[in-house]
Amino acid sequence: MKVLVPVKRVVDYNVKVRVKADNSGVDIANVKMSMNPFCEIAVEEAVRLKEKGAATEIIAVSAGVAQCQETLRNAMAIGADRGILIETDVELQPLAVAKLLKAVVDREQPQLVILGKQAIDDDANQTGQMLAALLGWGQATFASKVEIEGNTAKVTCEVDGGLETISVKLPAIITTDLRLNEPRYATLPNIMKAKKKQLDTLKPADLGVDVTPRLTTLKVEEPPKRKGGVKVADVAALIDKLKNEAKVI
Amino acid sequence: MVRRAHHERVLMTSPNPPEMRTTVDFFLHHWLNIDSLTSRSRFEDHSRETFSAVLDTAEQIAADKYAPFNREVDNEEPRTETNQDGTLRVVLPRATHEAWAAYAGSGMLAAAQDYDLGGMQLPYVVEAAANMFFSRASISISWALLTTGNANAIMAHGTPAQKEVFAKNEFAGRWAGTMCLSEPQAGSSLSDIATRAVLDDENDSLGPRYRLFGNKTWISGGEHDVTENIVHLVLAKIPDENGKLVPGTRGISLFIVPKFLPLPVGEVARAFSPARDAGAGEGKTAVDKDSNVAFPHRHSVPPLPEGEGKTRNDVVLAGLNHKLGWRGTPNTLLNFGEGKFKPLGNAGAIGYLVGKPGDGLRCMFHMMNEARIGIGLAATMLGMAGYEASLQYAKDRKQGRPITGGSTSSPRAEKNAEQPPVALIEHADIKRMLLAQKSYCEGAMALLLYCAKLVDETHTGAEASAAEAKLLLEVLTPIAKSWPSENCLEANSLAIQIHGGYGYTRDFPVEQYWRDNRLNMIHEGTHGIQAMDLLGRKVVMEGGKGLTLLATKINDTIQKAFHIPELAEHAQSLARALQHVGAATKSAWSTGNPNEALANAVPYMQAFGHMVLAWVWLDVALALVHEARVDTRADQQVVGAGLTALSESADEARLIPAFAGTRLPADGGSFRDGKLAACRYFFAYEVPKIEAWLAVVKTRDMTCANISADAL
Repeated sequence: MKVLVPVKRVVDYNVKVRVKADNSGVDIANVKMSMNPFCEIAVEEAVRLKEKGAATEIIAVSAGVAQCQETLRNAMAIGADRGILIETDVELQPLAVAKLLKAVVDREQPQLVILGKQAIDDDANQTGQMLAALLGWGQATFASKVEIEGNTAKVTCEVDGGLETISVKLPAIITTDLRLNEPRYATLPNIMKAKKKQLDTLKPADLGVDVTPRLTTLKVEEPPKRKGGVKVADVAALIDKLKNEAKVI
Repeated sequence: MVRRAHHERVLMTSPNPPEMRTTVDFFLHHWLNIDSLTSRSRFEDHSRETFSAVLDTAEQIAADKYAPFNREVDNEEPRTETNQDGTLRVVLPRATHEAWAAYAGSGMLAAAQDYDLGGMQLPYVVEAAANMFFSRASISISWALLTTGNANAIMAHGTPAQKEVFAKNEFAGRWAGTMCLSEPQAGSSLSDIATRAVLDDENDSLGPRYRLFGNKTWISGGEHDVTENIVHLVLAKIPDENGKLVPGTRGISLFIVPKFLPLPVGEVARAFSPARDAGAGEGKTAVDKDSNVAFPHRHSVPPLPEGEGKTRNDVVLAGLNHKLGWRGTPNTLLNFGEGKFKPLGNAGAIGYLVGKPGDGLRCMFHMMNEARIGIGLAATMLGMAGYEASLQYAKDRKQGRPITGGSTSSPRAEKNAEQPPVALIEHADIKRMLLAQKSYCEGAMALLLYCAKLVDETHTGAEASAAEAKLLLEVLTPIAKSWPSENCLEANSLAIQIHGGYGYTRDFPVEQYWRDNRLNMIHEGTHGIQAMDLLGRKVVMEGGKGLTLLATKINDTIQKAFHIPELAEHAQSLARALQHVGAATKSAWSTGNPNEALANAVPYMQAFGHMVLAWVWLDVALALVHEARVDTRADQQVVGAGLTALSESADEARLIPAFAGTRLPADGGSFRDGKLAACRYFFAYEVPKIEAWLAVVKTRDMTCANISADAL
């Protein structure tokens, strides 16, 4: 079974991002970038499936600027067998990524696509679902446990208030939640092996996909600074403030 | 080997932005141009990408498995429990085991080794840089560097069987290593060791087999159950035909004394065959040989079956040393050959000779430069940890108000009590203490990475360049070890000072850094011994050839800096310092009496070290000024400066297109400002000390040397 794992290059989770002065977006020039943590979990899960004998080949795919190669090498150091970069400087939105991934799926014919549930930069949480719709495949999102049983995947999904275990027919889409696994480190020998693995580069045009953004960003702002608290004299004053100032009761 | 803390880290913003990494990257890629190493055949598979990936892995493991447990391993000092057979075992926190597993599993132990030994042929300078992140996170939770050092000595001087059995298992992280030198009556003075080694069997497959009898102390990692086995490298004396030990260091030989005797050589291969290995990790059998999953689960290899390779050697724990700091590492007293166990039927610890009889010290100190650079880096990283903690504290803690008022006619300081308090970092004296720490620690880091690159030069450089690097290392190694040990310890003291009373409590991390760092002036050659090595040997050897070479290097930097208006004054100060050091060296030895020359070896080393650091800072500043100029031309050419000239030719630089794209970090302005201010601090506040230190050297002042014991 082939497994496709899309991985996204994002601002490292240690970096405190700043909004650009003109409010057009977040400043990512010269900021440390690394693999989206949910994508790391997706790669790890695919590698575990391979270790269990359920998967035979793991293909990591990333879309974006040339430096996404580093992210793909990282995925290959964790255990992906080869990588595909869809190189573009255009700002990619979830629908465009889903279309690109659909085209890659059509070429590679994987039985399973494992994605992070969302990326920590835009927190969109859309790509996996959109890809499932475009392919007409079943989807199991927010997975915290995955078992492959013949032609189906038994997936435990995190839902509001608990866990839901569902069975989806393969081929299928799985998106990963935090508790699915704990990714391994890229070990030094594997960093060297990853360097020798196959990495193909395509352009969106090669896949016949128009990635032009459909949404326009009007403005990006920092969250408002928290204001200092006030002391109230008694419960009555508190009720009054909640009712008339905060208007929450 | 998984990343337990990973989940939490995703959910919360880390309090520590990766700022040190920015500095490390700057030194490695901009200042030292280490990417040029990839043009050498040993490193040809490497690129800036692989170097960065190694540092990424080191940073992650250090953050997940080391840093969160630094206080825990200090609080839960190693303790002993008694085994059923009456021997003692050492109990360590679980975190210690996990830190070892993660470090060993990452491949760091074998990083510099050949590919066929499981290594990645990593340049030493990158290995050293990666280890900095572990040292900064928790200096004592792991003693992995001892294992690397031990295995390296066996690789250099051992027999093929010794390498196969001992070094390979150490590189794989299954077995740990120690260095057993000191004895209760012989610390710095190794010639006085009394451990005896008596021939048992000349023809053992693991080398000439001896029985060792004696006591060793200060043995880090001497007993624990973190690994299946412990490989002690032991210095001992083989008695002469009259049964007497030869006085002095010439009679010292080196032996491998394993805690458990390994299998006979032929069977070792079987016991550690790939099939066995593959079965050990979870579900690995389904995976082909070339896949990625061979290493991560290494630490879960089960111990050998009872009876198989589990013959207990006659080396037992006598007790633990209870230390001021560095408490995560168990420090032991070991008894060899007291008859507690009778391996192969007799009392006496079985040891296999390494190298030739009488050649023990040379074999043991084979990688002394690396070991001493390692100690310097440890001291530097403890300094950095304190700097970062006190910087954060100074930004957060509000205390006091800015000074106002006063004029030239009426000088006085006032404060407006109505104003809200300001952060500590707003006060000039706090900034002074922060800048002092920054200049000590970042300067030391730069020096050590420079020395680490010299080590690579000795191994892989062209003949002349390698010889030059070797000579330069001879002179610089005492400084690389001792300067950070003294000055980054002072940095830790300033970090406590910034915290005030809180810094003196165990509620904040800085007191631990200071306690941990206090060791570095003592081990791996004390401060005094380093100073005697410098003034007594290194600067006078081969007619002062090493010192002359260093002076040439320093002069190169001075010449370049003279042409930069903002650095010209520093260049002058450095030129003066160089003259003073040269003159003091001559004066010290002018009577030819070593007692007079060496009476003030430590002040000499302090002055020498400050001169070296001033040179390093000036050269770093040069690189930054170059960088600024390149920036303004919007040009992206190679900008390596001064010190890097040692090995780089223009051709070599051109081979590295990746380097051309590198720039200063996002906040380039404050990054550059900070480094240049640290340089200015060093020249304004530290360089003037050089002359004062040298005064007693030049006059061969005998105040200390001549005072009688009774008068003290």
